[in-house]
Amino acid sequence: MKKRWSLAHLEERVMRAIMLLACSLLVAVLAAILITIFVRGLPYLDLDLITKTPKGGFFLGGEGGILNAIVGSLLLAGGGTFLALLVSLPIAFGINVYTGASRLASLMRLTLDVLWGIPSLVYGAFGFTIMIAFGMRASLGAGILVLTLLQIPIMVRAMDEVMRMVPIELNQAALSLGATRLEAARSVLVRQALPGLVTAVLLAFGRGMGDAASVLFTAGFSDRIPTSLASPTASLPLAVFFQLGSPFPDVRGNGYATALVLTIVILIISSLSRLLARRLSRNVIR
Amino acid sequence: METHIKIRDLNVHYNKVHALKDINLDIPRGQITVIIGPSGCGKSTLLKTLNRFHDLTDDTRVTGNVELDGVNLYAPDVEVTEVRTKVGLIAQRPFPLPMSIFENVAYGMRIHKLARNGKELREKVQHYLEIGGLWDEVKDRLNTPARDLSIGQQQRLCLARGLAVEPQVILGDEPTSSLDPISAKFIEERLEELKKEYTVVLVSHVLRQARHLADYLVFMYLGEVVEAGPAEQVLDQPKNDRTRAYLQGEFY
Ligand SMILES: Nc1ncnc2c1ncn2[C@@H]1O[C@H](COP(=O)(O)OP(=O)(O)O)[C@@H](O)[C@H]1O
Ligand SMILES: [Mg+2]
Repeated sequence: MKKRWSLAHLEERVMRAIMLLACSLLVAVLAAILITIFVRGLPYLDLDLITKTPKGGFFLGGEGGILNAIVGSLLLAGGGTFLALLVSLPIAFGINVYTGASRLASLMRLTLDVLWGIPSLVYGAFGFTIMIAFGMRASLGAGILVLTLLQIPIMVRAMDEVMRMVPIELNQAALSLGATRLEAARSVLVRQALPGLVTAVLLAFGRGMGDAASVLFTAGFSDRIPTSLASPTASLPLAVFFQLGSPFPDVRGNGYATALVLTIVILIISSLSRLLARRLSRNVIR
Repeated sequence: METHIKIRDLNVHYNKVHALKDINLDIPRGQITVIIGPSGCGKSTLLKTLNRFHDLTDDTRVTGNVELDGVNLYAPDVEVTEVRTKVGLIAQRPFPLPMSIFENVAYGMRIHKLARNGKELREKVQHYLEIGGLWDEVKDRLNTPARDLSIGQQQRLCLARGLAVEPQVILGDEPTSSLDPISAKFIEERLEELKKEYTVVLVSHVLRQARHLADYLVFMYLGEVVEAGPAEQVLDQPKNDRTRAYLQGEFY
């Protein structure tokens, strides 16, 4: 059997080449970003940066660190993710357990897709308008609420996709044993989709951590660690933004170090959740 | 012959497709009834009326009566989960639940509270795994994921899981068609064993299987029951020309 040149053969080679090229491009971009952040940020990354709040003139090159932004971002994204989860789970369930392929379900999916596509700045502006109407100031609570809105479509759609992947026969297996729809959903849909649900939550959390525009007006910024939901709250993306815009090289360096911290936090959290997802997929039927 | 399931004037419409037309059929208790007929004639559709699986699809309309011991399964005050507890189903392809082997069998007993304590639950799980002919193979790995079983073992697990909720009727929609010959034979043997205590209704498109298993045979064609009767009679002296042609392998 000698290899022969044919059109199909050529086609396959071309497709593989394109695929390889696209993959390398993606990896190269990621590497470039990481290298830039590392090279520029690592020299400025020290214990002070992550354990101290900004002292006077920090953003002009003074003493201190970005603990305020680290804590702020974790609170903002954590709070937003928690609230979004409370809303998203029932929606994702509702779509998949009770409405199935109905018109209501497709309307919900369309709505969520549109919401997903809206720029976060618009969410921020929307939140700001409402805050003004109620005479509220920028605060942790307001930031969390706007992030919740931003995260819900991401979370629901990601959950919806994994739930839709669950084979219908699996659900029918539970139903054929006399389970109610809810029991079947709990025992089959949840277990089967759980690893994917974890990923969905992570995806939304990452977006909440990384988004600057939505918290710009709504959470504001503060050099102090928030003490209540009413305190204005700093966030990592805004800290990066402020520092990178500085004319002082040292402050810009701190900006890259802050970006590095943000990346590391996200890396840690996604690794942990991946580990969790792997454990949860022990029983998943493929 | 004592009737267990009485089907009267049963019609099923899928949106615009009239899939079952005026079905009248008496399914005998404690026997194996096999439904045969060419592909697309409505065998699966008929089977799904017996455990109200058509409830799951919006565009499907079922009219008429299906009586189990005189109780119409489609009466408004009948709880569908109870119907499906009494009428179990073995699907074409085994789908273990995403849990351990033990939990798969325990699942139905848990939701229907059929075991009073952990000890009883364990005993019953063992009992049904034994009936399914799986106990010896899995007794040392009850807590491993069910998905790791071979497909033949999975089908036996599904059988055990279905029996654990104490049904009266076992439905099987070509339950051996996805299995290798040895596993298929194993399931067939189980079913023959089970008819002592259960009413079994099978869909089969394998004539050899029908000949081998059926006590009562139903031949369907284009959504109608063409002929039904004791298996020897339908097989040896079919009354209808279509039945005869089908049995002689003239069409599938
Ligand atoms: N969900 C459905 N929607 C529309 N038509 C269907 C559906 N399921 C089955 N049918 C049609 O109903 C008829 C009977 O199908 P089925 O009961 O699956 O046949 P069998 O099991 O004998 O092969 C076929 O004509 C099939 O195309
Ligand atoms: Mg069929």
